[in-house]
Amino acid sequence: MVMEYSPAIPLLRPLVTLDNRGFWDAIKQHKLVFQKCKDCGLLIHRPRPMCPRCNSQEMEWAPSTGRGRIYTWVNFVYANAAYPGIKIPYLVVVVEMEEGVRILSNMYDAKREDIYIGMPVEVVFDDIADDLTLPKFKRREA
Amino acid sequence: MSITYDKTHPIPMPPILWDNKGFWDGVAKHELVFQKCKECGNWVHPPRPFCPKCRSLEKEWARSSGKGTVYSWVTYRESPHPAFKAPYSVVLVELKEGMRLVSNLVDIKPEEICIGMPVEVVFDDISESLILPKFRKAV
Amino acid sequence: MTVMRSIKNKTAIVGIGMSKFSRDSQRTELYLACQTIKAALDDAGLTPEDIDGLVKQTDDASDEHAITSSMGMGNLTYFGECRWNGAPCAMVMRAAMGVAAGAANYIVVYRAVNGASKRRMIPSMRTSGQMSTSDLLQWTFHAPFGHMSEVGRVAMIVRRYMHEYNIKSDQFGCVPVVCREHGAKNPNGMFYKKPVTIEDYRKSKMIVEPLRKLDCYEEADAAVALVVTTAERAKDLKQRPAYVLGVSQNMVLETEELNTYYRSPVAAFSEMAQVGKKIFSMSGVAHKDIDCVQLDDSYGPFVPMQLEALGFCKRGEGVDFCKGGDRIRSGGELPLNTSGGSLGEGHIYGMNHIVEAVRQIRGISTAQVKDAELVLVASGAGGPASGLILGGK
Repeated sequence: MVMEYSPAIPLLRPLVTLDNRGFWDAIKQHKLVFQKCKDCGLLIHRPRPMCPRCNSQEMEWAPSTGRGRIYTWVNFVYANAAYPGIKIPYLVVVVEMEEGVRILSNMYDAKREDIYIGMPVEVVFDDIADDLTLPKFKRREA
Repeated sequence: MSITYDKTHPIPMPPILWDNKGFWDGVAKHELVFQKCKECGNWVHPPRPFCPKCRSLEKEWARSSGKGTVYSWVTYRESPHPAFKAPYSVVLVELKEGMRLVSNLVDIKPEEICIGMPVEVVFDDISESLILPKFRKAV
Repeated sequence: MTVMRSIKNKTAIVGIGMSKFSRDSQRTELYLACQTIKAALDDAGLTPEDIDGLVKQTDDASDEHAITSSMGMGNLTYFGECRWNGAPCAMVMRAAMGVAAGAANYIVVYRAVNGASKRRMIPSMRTSGQMSTSDLLQWTFHAPFGHMSEVGRVAMIVRRYMHEYNIKSDQFGCVPVVCREHGAKNPNGMFYKKPVTIEDYRKSKMIVEPLRKLDCYEEADAAVALVVTTAERAKDLKQRPAYVLGVSQNMVLETEELNTYYRSPVAAFSEMAQVGKKIFSMSGVAHKDIDCVQLDDSYGPFVPMQLEALGFCKRGEGVDFCKGGDRIRSGGELPLNTSGGSLGEGHIYGMNHIVEAVRQIRGISTAQVKDAELVLVASGAGGPASGLILGGK
């Protein structure tokens, strides 16, 4: 099932800061990137202003293969515990990318019965609104 | 007037909760009441659950004389909020009973305000949902 | 009481880091915090792996876990927060207690604020929907009367103080003049080569009468970090340690941040007076032994009020003490805010005052007091206060 949004309760927009803007600018361009330390090459998500391995503050945005596997997942089924602007039920997954970093997102179009930990997935981009594009995941053939 | 409003912006409304409700109920009836300790008679403002002198929880809302003097005052030359038009003055009145209240003066120019000036309470029915206690020079 | 007596001389500030002060850092607060903590660690000769404690100011947007995950600190055994304008010296106390009790070895104290560019993640008023009791006082009994800004609240105190001691408003001018004089020598500050005269002060426009623009701090983007450890470990590090001889924080009955109006006298600053008593008795030094002071000058009139509260002069004599600036400028009897302070260097909520105290002890201030060995720092005039006496031995 594709996720359904209520126009009356818009999705909260991501808080874009100087430190994470590169990630969201790329998403808008339908590219998935992750922060990479220019000095030691550490790939990291979520973005931060300093490399925890070598303390460099020189960062770049490295393109991802877009491929990963489901690391863990949940299904929001109870309205009071879910976001009121999204029709329940909806799936939230944490995907471990081929590069090693993990990212939290939704399945673009999937049924709860079909997903499983370890399931191969690849990124797609959902242009939900003029000012909101989100990365989501769909099943891929391994 | 020592304070004028920009009517297109609402004045910040005081949040009314258990501890301070009695004060605002009094103001709605044009009465200046303050928390008074039933045990030791201490006037308590701002309102709080315990009497700071004797720690009793027994309190009542008692009517004050409404009379006092200007203890301190300021004049805002730049307004911090769109509802208030600068310049305007804010006073700290010390009531006869001893407690102090932040408020505004009416019918006075900033140059005329001085510490020690005797004042008495009046009530400004600003809108249906907001009445504020203010002070004028006592006769 | 026993713990406090036992930490006298047992801890020291061994590393300092401070960003430039600017009106637009072009960085997030977290970025500045990490950068400045790294600078403090380099100054101390330590690495992030050495750090096992973090102390922050409550409203600081950079949470401890954001710092650890950005800097690679893998094992924190002590973390804490201090609140209010009186946080700085209290944060040093929190850190000193942590290392003295053995809860951690090296504790970082930090503060990073984009106060000028407003590139902030925390809005200035709590907007979680829940009000704290101090917000309640402001919004219930002050805001409806237009009494809404920090400047306004301080002005109310200053007016009463002027009345009680027969002070004319331009008599406060010597404080910004001296602070800007010191700041004009400081390349790191916002007012390098930009002193002001007493004429500038008199012409400076009123913001909330009786406070003028030059009486008040300007918002800045800046960050500061300190490294605290035991006196034992300090010996093995590369900088001259600034030993904590006395430290205290205080809150009294009827304390409210900058709303001292409900008690008498409004400018007594009893919290600051109590801090003074504690740090002098704890350190065992006398007022005349203090080589220079770094006082809360977020508002100029706070300086004479603190000199009185801390016991450097009698009540009502603070303005006379500062008159003409001769006693408080560098070279004078009690040099004040030698890097410029909030008014002359920049505003980072009093943290730069601690950095300057350490620099004085190390002998590297831009307005160095000859042979400075004992420096007093005070934070939080007009509210919950804290203070520190640092020494070179």
